[in-house]
Order: sequence, then C-alpha cells, then structure tokens
Amino acid sequence: MSIDNAVVRESHARAWEGTGWGFAVKLVLMAAVNAVGLYIAWSAWDVEQWGVLIGSLALVAVADVVYFSRRRLAGKYILPGLVFLLVFQVFTMAYTVYVATTNYGTGHNSTQEQAVDALLIQNERPVEGAPTYPLTIVEGEEGPGFAVVSETGQVLVGTAEDPLTPADGATVEGDRVTSVPGHDVVGLPALLADPALQEDVLELRVPVSEDADDGSYRTREGTRATVYASSLDWDPEAQTMTDAVTGTVYAASDDGEFVAEDGSSLPVGWRVGVGFENFTKAFTDTNYSGPFWKITAWTFAFAFLTVATSFLLGLAIALLFNDRRIRGRTVMRTLFILPYAFPAFLSALLWRGMLNSNPDYGIVNSLFFFGQRIEWLTDPTLAKLAILGVNLWLTFPYFFLVCTGALQSLPTDIEEAARIDGASRWRQFRAIQLPLLLISTTPLLIASFAFNFNNFVIIYMLTGGGPRFTDTSAPLGHTDILITMIYQISGVQGGSADYGLASALSIIVFVVVGLVSALAFRRTRKHEEVL
Amino acid sequence: MRKTTLSVAAVAAVTLLATACSGGTEPAETETSEPAATEAAPEATGNLVIWVDENRQPAVEAAAESFTAETGVEIETVVKNFEDIRADFLAQVPTGEGPDLTIGAHDWLGSFIVNGVVDTVDLGGREGEFEDVAVEAMTYDGQLYGLPYALESVGLVRNTELAPDPVPETFDEMIAQGRDAGTDLPFVINTGGADGDGYAYYAFQTSFGAPVFTQEDDGSYTTEIGMGGDEGYAFAEWLGENGQAGEGVFSTDWTPDIAEQEFADGNAPYTVAGPWSIAMFTDAGIDVAVEPIPSAGGETAAPFVGVQGFYLSARSENKLVATQFLTNYMATPEAMQALYDADPRLPAFAETAEAVAEDPVVAGFLAAAQNGAPMPSIPEMGDVWEHWNAAEAAIIAGDAEPQEAWDKMLADLDATLTN
Repeated sequence: MSIDNAVVRESHARAWEGTGWGFAVKLVLMAAVNAVGLYIAWSAWDVEQWGVLIGSLALVAVADVVYFSRRRLAGKYILPGLVFLLVFQVFTMAYTVYVATTNYGTGHNSTQEQAVDALLIQNERPVEGAPTYPLTIVEGEEGPGFAVVSETGQVLVGTAEDPLTPADGATVEGDRVTSVPGHDVVGLPALLADPALQEDVLELRVPVSEDADDGSYRTREGTRATVYASSLDWDPEAQTMTDAVTGTVYAASDDGEFVAEDGSSLPVGWRVGVGFENFTKAFTDTNYSGPFWKITAWTFAFAFLTVATSFLLGLAIALLFNDRRIRGRTVMRTLFILPYAFPAFLSALLWRGMLNSNPDYGIVNSLFFFGQRIEWLTDPTLAKLAILGVNLWLTFPYFFLVCTGALQSLPTDIEEAARIDGASRWRQFRAIQLPLLLISTTPLLIASFAFNFNNFVIIYMLTGGGPRFTDTSAPLGHTDILITMIYQISGVQGGSADYGLASALSIIVFVVVGLVSALAFRRTRKHEEVL
Repeated sequence: MRKTTLSVAAVAAVTLLATACSGGTEPAETETSEPAATEAAPEATGNLVIWVDENRQPAVEAAAESFTAETGVEIETVVKNFEDIRADFLAQVPTGEGPDLTIGAHDWLGSFIVNGVVDTVDLGGREGEFEDVAVEAMTYDGQLYGLPYALESVGLVRNTELAPDPVPETFDEMIAQGRDAGTDLPFVINTGGADGDGYAYYAFQTSFGAPVFTQEDDGSYTTEIGMGGDEGYAFAEWLGENGQAGEGVFSTDWTPDIAEQEFADGNAPYTVAGPWSIAMFTDAGIDVAVEPIPSAGGETAAPFVGVQGFYLSARSENKLVATQFLTNYMATPEAMQALYDADPRLPAFAETAEAVAEDPVVAGFLAAAQNGAPMPSIPEMGDVWEHWNAAEAAIIAGDAEPQEAWDKMLADLDATLTN
C-alpha cells in the first residue's frame, strides 16, 4: 500500500531528469531573484536597517533552497504567495502594531539623538549686533582655522583653541586672504570639493575671546564668519539639557521629552514606546470616546445600508432587465453601468455641488424640490441620507452587473420544473432564484460591506464628515465613519499628527472588520448547503 | 598571540585609513597654492538633492546649472507634488533619505521645528533685501529658517466696469456702492461652503483687532488665542449681522468655485480673491483692479500672507554646499526673476518685486500683502482651522448665535490646544 502510494505520488518534476531549457529559464529567474534580494540587502546595509537586511537574506535563502531542491514541491507553488503575504501584509500589520505602541507623531518624530541635534541647532543663534566678516578657510598644523579681514584691514587668524589674533605677513586681495605664514589657504572651490573638510569647517567654532560666554565665530557657507552663541548645553552623561541663560535644567523623561522641574518642556521630543496607552486613550479620552461610539454605530449603519440598498436595487433592475420581452436591453444595461464607470471621488464632488442647499447653485433642490431650500449637507439626518443616496447611486451598478451575470448562469430546467409544478412567480424567485443567486453573491456582499466600512472617499469628498458634533471639541461630525475619524485624529493634513493613536484606531477597525467578515463567511456556508 | 595579531591588524587598518584621508586632502592643499587655477578647473564632488515642484523646477534647475559650472558640485532636482512635500520631508529626513534642500510653505515651519527636521539659514545680514513680511514669516523663535522667495495673499478684486471708483476705505461703504451697482450681489467671497473659510475672511477679522494668535512685538506668534474678548465678539456679531439671517451679504452657499463663477459672470462688483483666481476672471472678459481689503472694524484689514521658500534639512550631509547655493546662487536677482518667470507668484525678494510691480494687478496684491500678517506657522495653527472655520460657517448660516458659537469655538480650541 505504502509502496504503491509512493509510486503514485512520484511527481513529474522528480521523474524528469533533464537540464534542458526549463532549467536554464529557472536559473535565469532565480539569478534575477537573488540579484534583487541581494540588492535590497545591500541597500539595507547601507542605511543600517538590520531587520530588512536579515529578512531579505533569509527570503533569498529560502527561495534558493525551495527551488533548487528536488523535493518541496508544494513549497514551489506557494512560496511566491507566501512571500508577498509576508512583505505586503504581515510586515505592514506588524509595523502598524509597533507604531501603535509608540508616541510617534508631531514632536516625537525620531530618535533622541536626532532630537538633541535639532535642539542644539535651533538654540545656537547669531549674537545680535556682532559683526560678520568675510572669511577665508586656512589649514594649519592643528587643523582648519578661520582667517578674516577686520574693519581696519588687518588679517586675523583663529582656530578652535585660539581666538582670532592678528597674523603678521599675511597678504590680502580685496576682502579675501591669499596667504598666511604657517597656514595653507583653502580656496572656496577646493572647500566645496572636499566633503570631509566641509564637515570640519562647519563644526569649527573659533572663540571670540577667552570667555566662552562671548560666543564663537562660525560659518554656514564658507565665505562669511558670524558670532554665534549657544543657549543650550547638552550633557550626555546626565541626559540633561541646561539653558545657558536661565540655568533651567531639562531632563530626559520617559515620555520622550526634555522636561524641567516646573513642567515646561523643550519643543523637540523623540519616539518612545508607550505600551497600550493609545488603545486606552481611544476609549477613555472624553473628547474621543463619546463620538467614537456614535461614529462606530453610524459606520455599521452606513456600510450595512449601502450594501442592502444597492444590492436590492441592483437585483431588482437585473431581474427586470433579465426579461426577454424588454426592448433595447443592451443599451439600457450599458446606461445603468455608467455611474460605476466614473471615478467615485469625481462623482462625489459633483454631487456635493449638485446638493448645494441654495437652489440657484444646487440642481437637486431646483429640479426636484421646487426650488425649496433643503440643507442636504448641513442637517445631520439629511446629510446621512445624502451620503446613502449618493453611495447607492455609485454602488448599485456593481450589484446590477453581478446579479445579471448570476441570473444568466442559473440553470433554466429547475425554473421550468417549478413552473410546471404551478409555483407562482414570487415563489419561484423566493425559493429558487434568490437562494441560488446568494451562493455566488454573498462573498461579494461581504466584500462590499468591508469596502464600505472603510469607504473614505465618499465621506471625505461629499460631506467631509460634517455637520460637526456640537457636544465635543474633537473635529468630528455626524457623517464621519471610523476611517475618516482616524484621518482627522492622525492630523496628516496638517496640525499635530498622532500616528500612534491613529495606528491603534486602525488596528481596532481591522479587528472589527475581520470579525464581521469571519462571522459572515461562516454564515455563507449555510447557503452552500442548499445545493 | 591572537590579541597581538588583532592589534597589528588594527594599527595597519588605521594607518591605511590615515593615508587614505591624507591622500584625499593633499590635492586640495596643493591646488590652494594657485587659487586662480582651481577656480578655472573645479572638480566634481558631492551631490546636492533638492525637492521642488514641477512648476518651479526649471528655475531651480537654471540656478543649479550655473552653480555646477562654477563649483563643480552636481545638483539633482527631484520633482514632487507640492502638497506631498510636507509629510514626506517630515517622514524621510530622520531616516537619512530626505533631500538637502526643499521648497516649502512657511506655515509648515512649526511642525518642521518640533520634529527637528530643519536647520537655520544665515543670510549674512541680507534680510533687508527681502520683503519684511516674508522674513518675518520664515522666522521662528528669533531664528531664520529657510530662504523666502514668494508671497501670496488675498486682496480686494474689483470689476472696473461695475465699480469704476477705487475701493472705499470701509466695508460698509463698499457694500453700499456694491448695491448701487445693481448686480445680483453687492459682494461675493469664498466661504468654503458649509465648512467655512477663516482664511478668506481673516482680513475683516483683523480689522476688529482679533488675530488668531496674539503676536509678540517682533511679529512672532505666541500660542495664546487672540480671538477672544470683545474684539472677537464684535467680529462674530458682525458676521452674524451680515450673514444669511441678517443682511444676507455673506452666504455659506459660496464654495470657492461658486464665488469665482459669480464674480466672473459679472454678478458681483467686488470679491476677495487671491492671485490664483485672476486668470479665470480675465479669461471671462472681466477687467479687474486689485486693492487692499477695506476695513470692517476700524483697524487695518490684514489678510494672511503665505510665504514660500527653501528649507535646509537638519540632517543634510552637505550643509555648507547647500547654504552656499541658497545664499549665493538662489538669493540673486537673476534666480528670483527666473523663479517668477517659471511660476508668477509675488516675489519676496524686494528688487524682483519692484521689477514685476509694473503690472497693476501684481502691485495691488503686493500692497494687500504688505498690509498683511504672516499666517501663524506654529504647529497649534493646524488645530485651529477646523474649529474656526466651523464657527464662522455656523454664524454666517444663522445656525448659531454669534456669541455662543464663538464661545464654543474658544472652548474647543482651549481643549484641543491644552490636550
């Protein structure tokens, strides 16, 4: 038995021994895969992204093992799919989960190291009233230095250790120093051609005097020196920033900020982990929790009603146009599909204009409502109706299309049998057509529900979430759904972004959509048992 | 034994590195003995990357070419959507993938600063060569971040056929004249539809002495809301009086396109609009004149001024070269004129502004902008729009009592900003 089985299961791939064209093609393809993988690994090495480096190397290794091995037949088929799943789905989700546990957002954009750099940059200021000198870079034994021509025409030379002092025997041409004894003069072109020297020159601070409080000369572009003074001191040992003027000490806190004892903080912070704070904030912050439940309820209502109304309308029209007695069916069907062919965001914008409450501007009020002023987009209930109506207009052609196809593929013999048995038209539809139709359309209904649950475009383009709630300070409105709420809160379009909170909310939405879809798909199995 | 081998290797490596470094600097040193010769034959090195939008790419490219010819440094311009630059710059600078320089709007500055992605720019005392309001806009906490290059603001646009006289000093007189013109509307303004548009109405608001945020003496904004108090209420009441429940001068039915269309159709003699709308009006055959916005509350009507400029990345590895390019190759009359020719925006560079002000429309917008105040660039401003616009829309539509709506807005702002 087992021997027989083994013989039967011997795959054609294994039985085939040749190294002909097929192998050559495989070699070329695998070479390309390896090249891409190694290129990604190399780029990752360059930017020090170790996770990406290890991941890409591992994937390349796995691919090589699977495709150059004589076994692992199943792996050969599913590996590409698995890789795409990993890269595009699992990685994205894992990253979202990671961001959700951090305070990534405005003011917490990067690492502490970069925050320190930025704070030091922002707090080194030109000293008011101090002169700006035309500058020439010189190189001496102790590294680069500054040579400037003073108001009196005297050449002054200074380095990181020594303040500017008169240099004897220097020659000047215009406001540029052309030679200094004991130093090499570096011309601007040479400076611009030497990145390492540029680094040194930018970091060079030539003290104005022995007193550090007087500030130091520095250059930003290599031809001018100005006196700057730094008002923040960074102590890497103690992890503190000290204000040189007021003496206030700002200590690095667990929240990713430099905080002083009086509670004030420095503007630039960094990204730190905050655990589940973002998840709890969505439910406990009164600004969000009130609207959150209302918005959740409306999101479900919106997604469900959109699917229900557009399916019913699409089905009704499909049934109607499935009747052979109707003339010009093809033309009519084509016309019905038109709304589906326009880009949704364009249609939504057009509808927004047509629903303008002023009948002079809004064609809907002037044509269908006798020029009455009806506040389609500013009344909470009417705005919801407008959204559902426009979305119905956008979505029903899809279900019309799907139902038409499904109706045409239904077996006619069962209907004929029913007719002969004397079933009424309604009975035929209820007991035969609809159940058969639902088998093929239920997965599409669920997909449509999931899509509309996150239908950002229609909400954003038609009402922008408005009219706004009047009982909360959060910028949210009656027609906002969860995804537009996340967009508002994440602040991507300006203001203070909070990617951590937005990611946490996205995960909640993902869980909800996932649960609903899983439950619904489980139910569809019941339909399949009809057959 | 092993240790010795290792340390020998380490010493060898260090020596190699040292020779490599000195090898790199040596040619530079020898060249410096003859500065004239090096200037003639520059050597190509590091790359500078600049993000710029499609319209202005040719102008930046032209400045870049002369820079490359003179210094040998290659400049790569990367074309991006202007709207995408803010978010991309914030996200990519920390990873090291960002550009050295980017074009941008001044009101992004606040978030650039708290996210630590921009460096300061030192114009070396040349600030006076730029319009004051432009330098003020690019200044944050006393430091200049970025090279300002263009201004924009709204002004009062007049249909010279319907209203041949210059715009009167006050809003009420203007409306009276507008009614005399016998058109459908005495005046039209973008209200952003039901969403509201605080930007378009801002000049009227400041004429009541109610700026969004209070300003320091040097023009920089504090985080303290300036719209409260009697001045704010007076403005809110005024909006209500002229709104749909009152005189009907304003309407929330006016979206940007409707407001433009009404003016272009000759249905209103006056409108508040920006330079971006002028082409549409002239294409529709309207002769326009542009003047500063009349005062409604007695004080100067100061519209928001938006400034565009070039930012230097805090993590650029070529800061010296980038600053050299910015201050000596972009801040020149030629480069500024080229930028104007590529995309006609009011120049922030005074010399260029003067040159292009021969066009009366440009001169009108410049005059309007010189009356104006820079849009606040502090990150808090981003949280203001939504509440502010909504409150104005509710008042204009007559859905809410002016004072109540204004109080609600102030409370919301307080809650949002202290959060």
